[in-house]
Amino acid sequence: MSDIFLEIDGKEVKATEGMTVLAAAQSAGISIPTLCHHEKLEPFGGCRLCIVEAEARGWTKLVVSCVYPVEEKLIVRTRSEKIDRIRKTILELLLAHAPDSPALHDLAQVYGADKNRFEKEASFCIHCGLCVRYCAEVKKKHAVGFVDRGIRKEISFIPEIASKECNDCKECFPLCPTSYLQAAFVLTEALVFPSSSD
Amino acid sequence: MARLNSPEALENFRQEILSKRDPEKPCISICAGAGCIASGADEVIAAFSAEIEKEGLQAKVDTKGTGCPGFCERGPVVVIYPEEICYLQVTPEDVPEIISQTIKEKKVVDRLLYEDPVTGERAIHESDITFYKNQQRTVLCNNIKIDSKNIDDYLAIDGYSALAKALSKMTAVDVLEEVKKSNLRGRGGAGFPAGRKWEGSRNAPEPIKYVIVNADEGDPGAFMDRALLEGNPHSILEGLIIGGYAIGSNEGYIYVRQEYPLAVKNINLAIKQAEAYGLLGKNILGSGYDFNVFVHQGAGAFVCGESTALMTALEGRVGEPRPKYVRSNVKGLWERPSVLNNVETWANVPLIINNGADWFTEIGTEGSKGTKIFSLVGKITNTGLVEVPMGITLRDIIYKIGGGIPDGKKFKAVQTGGPSGGCIPEEQLDLEVGFDELTKAGSMMGSGGMIVMDEDTCMVDVARYFINFLTDESCGKCVPCREGLRQMHRILTNITEGKGEEGDIELLEVLSETAVEASLCALGKSAPNPFLSTLRYFRDEYEAHIKEKRCPALSCKELIAFYIDPGKCLACGICYKKCPAKAIDGGKKKIHIIDQEKCTNCGTCFEVCPPRFGAVAKISGEPVPPPIPEEKRIIIRKSKEK
Amino acid sequence: MDIDRIDQIIDKHQVAASSLIQILLDIQSENHWLPKEALERVGERLEVPSSRIQHIATFYKAFSLVPKGRHEIHICVGTACHVRGATRILDTVEEAIGIKSGETDLDLKFSLETVNCLGCCALGPVLEVDGKVHGKMSPVRTADVLKNYGTK
Repeated sequence: MSDIFLEIDGKEVKATEGMTVLAAAQSAGISIPTLCHHEKLEPFGGCRLCIVEAEARGWTKLVVSCVYPVEEKLIVRTRSEKIDRIRKTILELLLAHAPDSPALHDLAQVYGADKNRFEKEASFCIHCGLCVRYCAEVKKKHAVGFVDRGIRKEISFIPEIASKECNDCKECFPLCPTSYLQAAFVLTEALVFPSSSD
Repeated sequence: MARLNSPEALENFRQEILSKRDPEKPCISICAGAGCIASGADEVIAAFSAEIEKEGLQAKVDTKGTGCPGFCERGPVVVIYPEEICYLQVTPEDVPEIISQTIKEKKVVDRLLYEDPVTGERAIHESDITFYKNQQRTVLCNNIKIDSKNIDDYLAIDGYSALAKALSKMTAVDVLEEVKKSNLRGRGGAGFPAGRKWEGSRNAPEPIKYVIVNADEGDPGAFMDRALLEGNPHSILEGLIIGGYAIGSNEGYIYVRQEYPLAVKNINLAIKQAEAYGLLGKNILGSGYDFNVFVHQGAGAFVCGESTALMTALEGRVGEPRPKYVRSNVKGLWERPSVLNNVETWANVPLIINNGADWFTEIGTEGSKGTKIFSLVGKITNTGLVEVPMGITLRDIIYKIGGGIPDGKKFKAVQTGGPSGGCIPEEQLDLEVGFDELTKAGSMMGSGGMIVMDEDTCMVDVARYFINFLTDESCGKCVPCREGLRQMHRILTNITEGKGEEGDIELLEVLSETAVEASLCALGKSAPNPFLSTLRYFRDEYEAHIKEKRCPALSCKELIAFYIDPGKCLACGICYKKCPAKAIDGGKKKIHIIDQEKCTNCGTCFEVCPPRFGAVAKISGEPVPPPIPEEKRIIIRKSKEK
Repeated sequence: MDIDRIDQIIDKHQVAASSLIQILLDIQSENHWLPKEALERVGERLEVPSSRIQHIATFYKAFSLVPKGRHEIHICVGTACHVRGATRILDTVEEAIGIKSGETDLDLKFSLETVNCLGCCALGPVLEVDGKVHGKMSPVRTADVLKNYGTK
């Protein structure tokens, strides 16, 4: 694997071929905000918070650093007026779902996001996908998955699998930034888990 | 039927087919595309068969159900060869007259011909009709000539000769160079140069490659691909095989939307027939080149028209797009080099190979070569498919070909590019149609949908409509699209319902920027276009809705009221009878009054009030005048004086 | 739907995860909905986790996880049809049958869905009942078409 040298926020960073810009930044101690990223999981690219400016061959564009591969002589800027504005809007959109989430609250402080900018939404799931992906990729149980699409998309436990696996595991619970996962589990357990008399 | 094992065998077989056909023998071609079938073409075809049998003419006259010639407004369309007499809106009742007059007596049935709405002149031949006269139908012209279920018809019009030429007289690189030289740009929306896309795949190191036809055609209002795939499926197959040869792929996929069952049926049949003839499968025409193609149906998701989502769907997954930092022509389907092109792009390939890249570059403009098929629909006199050279003006398409706006209404805007596109107003109508020109005007070429809107169309409602469509179709993976569109929809709906507030436009602009810059795929990135373009050209409508609670187009249900003008009402009673909400109070010789509390704004009274009275008016932005006192409601008719 | 029939449908395709959507389309087309047993059998034979099948069955609008009515009514709400008044056609149908888009009536006689484009744009507004397409619809003509299926 060859070495690649790129510049992030004015600092020269050494990376290897195939690494993402986010991984390269983290290795150099440069922090980029994330929500749907987890080192044990494949990059998801759903929250878009890790968006950065990438300049190569004279062209600048906005890219999502958790999936963008490093390039030789790439110049990356992790903060700018536009980036900050976009991150602020993304946070405000998510705060409409989960205004009390500690993770969102901390980031909101940094970017000046107003949790009341948008009308509150009923569901406090922010679709980071950490639970679904962890169960599929790490535990390989597929006890929880997504259903539907767009604004109707939700997470859903598969009762037959969850009733057997989850009570002894629950490794996904601490991953949820809003605790919606725990609430969904409790509801599913109460309503549709097969009863022990089955 | 033995396989055709060489280009010579193909030519010999072609001559055999032609020798059995008498070009002077009358042939009645009836359009059997989905549009004409909906207008009753099946019954017309059956009526012709029955009448011909009754008259004992089976040996003397052929009939065939053909592909769609595009003049859907006037279907069922019937063209009689060899004279090319074109009859429109044919019913089963017309059939005996057509047989006795046109087939037997060689006389034309005037009333079934196209009549020019201005001059009153009748057009006998398809090519005389103003709708067709100004088109250049290089791709669509064959649809009416062939029975799409019969491969021999395609061979009779030189079908598969381009494939034979490519395989026997050209190397794969020759084919690639020809397509590059032609400057053919993708007809699906982005307009990316096809040759460059092909080259990227050809040069990719991975040996297994794929070619894919995008026949999802999700843009509402667009049906060009349907007409091509239903009407001339072999032209697309031929293009696909040539493309496979050029990049070194042996496997192709055709992704068809399941809402087009006739297209699915016809392409599956075409594949079987091509396989039987040795034009697909192993050792095509003895060239040593193998190619197989598989049909995959969509399942009702607009996002699957996006190339990476389409490939994900082909893999049997949900259609969630992937980031395009590594292009799909290098890492696409199953992580292998995949060339995905639109139906119309593939249909142009055999023409380019047979006629040469130079022929293609003579048509069109510097940046946009060739012709483009548009679906001209909406508030337009002649709706249907039009194929025109790039560079023609929007004005010519709408007025010369489309016949202008019906019912004496005024043109307002033309929407191009589907949900990713924008609305173009009157002052831009002289722009020359091309990929870059439409983008500069704030819209885009898209797949070719061209929806004409008139003075009765509310542009804020148009933006709301498209954002609503996209929130329904968003895959939901990324925040800017899923959440951003959700909020944009809410704000736009509020504006159309009179609940708009100061600051709404600015908030919509912030959400637009987030979606454009940070969305994962082109659906999200282009979703704000309808809003941004209507804001650019029709800002006054937004401001009227927000500041005055008024809809200038008198369209938004919550912002309009219906009012019967007491000066015009003559108590004919029609509106009273037709009102579904029983909201009209009236009586004989009594001026009718609408009870605004009961009125549901359905608009029936407005439509049924006889034009000579025109007593029902739509009001917006001002209070409804109070009802006139009872005694003034009695109508006293003046007696006629001699 | 019995297991044998489901197996027959599966065997018409390549028995691999990539055929998932095509197999479900065949089952939907024949049975008019996807019963749980069918989804379980498909998951078993194709070796695909039920969470993926569940996502696919809900993501794509062609699929229904609940039984549909005997007559499936689709109203096109594509742009061309919308501009020509599709909303009024939808209102007329909802009024005549008593259900809203996305619903099935209690007798399982009618199911109503909006569709985003049937490709008959030149004939808008368009109504499709049991696969038969009716173009150039108006509220009056819509009521007439529906009478053929037993509405008032």
